[in-house]
Amino acid sequence: MKPAAFDYVCAEHLDEALDVLDRERSDARILAGGQSLVAMLNMRLARPKTLIDIMRLPELARIESRGETIMVGAGVRQAELLAWPELARRLPLVALALPWTGHAQTRSRGTVCGSIAHADPSAELPLVLQALGGEVHLRSAARRRQLTANAFFAGMMATARADEELIEAVSFPVRQQRCAFREVARRHGDFAIVACAAIGTAQGVRLAIGGVADTPVARDFPRLDGSALDDALNGFAWDLDARDDIHATARYRRDLVRMIGRDLVREVLP
Amino acid sequence: MSRWQAGRRHPVRFSLNGKPCRGEAEPRLLLTDFLRHHIGMTGTHVGCEHGVCGACTVEIDRQPARACLTFAIQVQGCEVRTVEGLAPSPDRLGVLQAAFKRHHALQCGFCTAGILMSLDGLLRQRPRPDEESIRDLLSGHLCRCTGYTPIVRAALEAAAELADLGEETTNA
Repeated sequence: MKPAAFDYVCAEHLDEALDVLDRERSDARILAGGQSLVAMLNMRLARPKTLIDIMRLPELARIESRGETIMVGAGVRQAELLAWPELARRLPLVALALPWTGHAQTRSRGTVCGSIAHADPSAELPLVLQALGGEVHLRSAARRRQLTANAFFAGMMATARADEELIEAVSFPVRQQRCAFREVARRHGDFAIVACAAIGTAQGVRLAIGGVADTPVARDFPRLDGSALDDALNGFAWDLDARDDIHATARYRRDLVRMIGRDLVREVLP
Repeated sequence: MSRWQAGRRHPVRFSLNGKPCRGEAEPRLLLTDFLRHHIGMTGTHVGCEHGVCGACTVEIDRQPARACLTFAIQVQGCEVRTVEGLAPSPDRLGVLQAAFKRHHALQCGFCTAGILMSLDGLLRQRPRPDEESIRDLLSGHLCRCTGYTPIVRAALEAAAELADLGEETTNA
């Protein structure tokens, strides 16, 4: 349970981090809070030759309001976003979901962008980014590009990030007057068996589910109730292609999607 | 930019329990192993080594942190506190530690150092925490002996005692 040897680069400017990443590509990994990556290194599920620490870059440690979005830089720790005084007003869904991300003892170090880069299918922050239709801001030595959450999450712990790119920031749209979040886990702070976010929209409700498919999945529903709502949720639950694992059966996960989904739809529809 | 080569030891400096600490570490050396094997401070325990059990919890720059998910090189220049920094003197327990003893909040003691560090931080930030916030914080720790209830009782009593003392810092 000790990591394999690696070179450690402490970047003092973002350009340095980008240069090393450009030269070493898939041999290098970005180290931010380390709450997912170091566990992977300890178990030797990842064996990069170089780690590039970006936590001493003040330009990445910012939460910025930019028009109708909130940009959260790669150096912002989860606890810092949770303590941001504007959070409940500007990003109420994030405010509901973030206390479920890990524990206080890991949120203090773990970053918002790091959780999204890790792309665990049961993690809350990828789910919220997908639910809100947020964007991932990628940067390499040569270019900048933005991907929607939907385009970014490619599979279980797999993303569309290229080897020479790092996540510079993620942006969450500010539009979620009516929203709700619920999660079922064995213990508060453990990985979700099913996590669900709901946002009221002009047409009805947008529901996003984590912990079931390989990535968080969002779907827009028109205004429905009664058996029409049950049928729609049942269809969604089956489309997520749930699997059995040590924590829960596929059938239990589908049940949770139907039940939590119905509760949250009722909560966000006036 | 500094590049620390794999397999070679590099100087590390940080503040440990208020005193300057110096040592040498390979990049891959975890803070847990640096504290235990290089400094000889074995109060910080090593359980799961992937951030789940909480036995290795210390404070880095006044925030709780898993020492097993932190490399020694990452705390360069930081303020680190460990369980060894809790007692006001070698022959006296802190308020929280004494409450743990009174309430039998430990049996084997393996998880205790980490739990004390988390609770010490909570009591400093929120002088009168309710049971719910204590239990929420304890969700980041595994204890297989106590069933947690004596730990919650000890924390509540220590919180009341500290609030009565009216101190700004806990000295827990």
